[in-house]
Amino acid sequence: MIQTLAFYLFAALVIASAVMTITARNPVHSVLWLILAFFNAAGLMILIGAEFIAMLLVIVYVGAVAVLFLFVVMMLDIDFATLRAGFVKNFPLGLAIAGILLAELLFGLGAHSAGGLVLGTPDAATAPAANVPNIQAIGAVLYGHYLFLFEAAGVVLLVAMIGAIVLTHRQRNDVRPQNISEQVKRRPEDATINTRPEVGGGVKL
Amino acid sequence: MTAFFQSLGLPFGAAWLISTIAGILLIALPLMLSVAMIIYVDRKIWAAMALRRGPNVVGPLGLLQSFADGLKVFLQETIVPTAANKGIFLIGPVVTFTVTLLAWAVIPFNSGAILADINVGLLYVLAISSLGVYGTIMAGWASNSKYPFFSAMRASAQMISYEVSIGFILICVVLWAGSFNLGTIVSAQKGHVFGILNGFGFNPLLFPMWVLFLISGMAETQRAPFDLCEAESELVAGYQTEYSSMAFALFWLGEYGNVLLMCALNATLFWGGYLPPLDIPVLYMVPGVIWLLLKIFFFFFVFSWVKATVPRYRYDQLMRLGWKIFLPLSLLFVFLVSGYLMATGHFA
Repeated sequence: MIQTLAFYLFAALVIASAVMTITARNPVHSVLWLILAFFNAAGLMILIGAEFIAMLLVIVYVGAVAVLFLFVVMMLDIDFATLRAGFVKNFPLGLAIAGILLAELLFGLGAHSAGGLVLGTPDAATAPAANVPNIQAIGAVLYGHYLFLFEAAGVVLLVAMIGAIVLTHRQRNDVRPQNISEQVKRRPEDATINTRPEVGGGVKL
Repeated sequence: MTAFFQSLGLPFGAAWLISTIAGILLIALPLMLSVAMIIYVDRKIWAAMALRRGPNVVGPLGLLQSFADGLKVFLQETIVPTAANKGIFLIGPVVTFTVTLLAWAVIPFNSGAILADINVGLLYVLAISSLGVYGTIMAGWASNSKYPFFSAMRASAQMISYEVSIGFILICVVLWAGSFNLGTIVSAQKGHVFGILNGFGFNPLLFPMWVLFLISGMAETQRAPFDLCEAESELVAGYQTEYSSMAFALFWLGEYGNVLLMCALNATLFWGGYLPPLDIPVLYMVPGVIWLLLKIFFFFFVFSWVKATVPRYRYDQLMRLGWKIFLPLSLLFVFLVSGYLMATGHFA
């Protein structure tokens, strides 16, 4: 009973905030609605007992990805008039994409009701053990059965990250970098000298 | 607590509901009271270190100062700037305040005295603390004013940067405890070093991680010396500039609630939480909650001490510390800790 109520609450909020995401006029509002959608999706994950995925959804999407979105969108210099001007021009394209998505959804539902696709049977190593928290279950599968694929994915991401840094990095010679250890090592004697100059003679620097 | 209400003859559902609400009130109300008192303590410590008297007029020794301030802001008018984005402007402080209260649900106050005993407790804390940044960003953006906006930018970059190293530090603790559940993490610290010292902090491999955690905690809660988002010499009052009345008070409460939460996490993850520091039967006669509160208070003193004595960081130095020092160091310790645990057969 409570599960059903919670499900409909979360599901309705996901859909409502998704609709608001695309209809909100202000892009910052759109991102905030998107965050609400993510958050409610995490609620749905908890309802089906996938607490680990739910927490990851909040940490990764809400905590990191959406913050960057918000950052970028907030920095944009938005002119609402030009933003809406392209609506009529892009409307047919949008309609076509919506049609394709609807067709895919109907295909999927039809295929499912005709009997789901069987993609190979899980063996003992991949079957999640009963009564194990799903962090342990996912960990056992990722670090046991799919260890190579998992680490390969990690390496691919690392290469992509290094690539992005190399592409955007530019060497600047006009900045003076700060060397903290050199600054900490510096003593008063290194920086100051005591002299007793002749009257009117001045100090030699 | 559910069992107690069931023994009064209530069905399970009703007993669970009542005991959960009672638990929430038992945490939230003392928390709000202690936030009021801890603001007073903070000001007193700060004053003592600056050789001043601090608040000493309202009530005996100035004890009621925070309540007087609270009443003052409560009676003020809430001013919403005309150019502000009204809805988001008002949601901002509410988000900050709510998120602060949410994270306390998984802190164990004694063995078994925990509101939500979930097996992803630590991930929940991380998730909630990553939500905290939204209050600041929303407030800064919705104020539609330069300085709050700069402040929101600074705050979000700072919190994201330090969350990364906090994540790695927590992984070291989780590896050693073998669980994400905060209650299990505390009980794993019983007699951790030489069978007599309770706390991961006594462990030479984890002590450096605690130092990093303490400093990252200050950066995460935007406490001095990392309070760049409200650096008054540069940004007026930062994201709080346009706020008045209760909206301002909610930020204030949320900020100190977060600081207390960080102190509680320091105590729970590294210094044995509700366990006494030494594993001696006599010390267990003192209730666990007293030990936890003593530790929280001690760490709060450290936070105040730092605030009173350390000058504010420059922004690029803050970023350098987070990304170039803390991140590689915490990553190195993840390797060291997991290597040590593998070598000694901890996981067998």
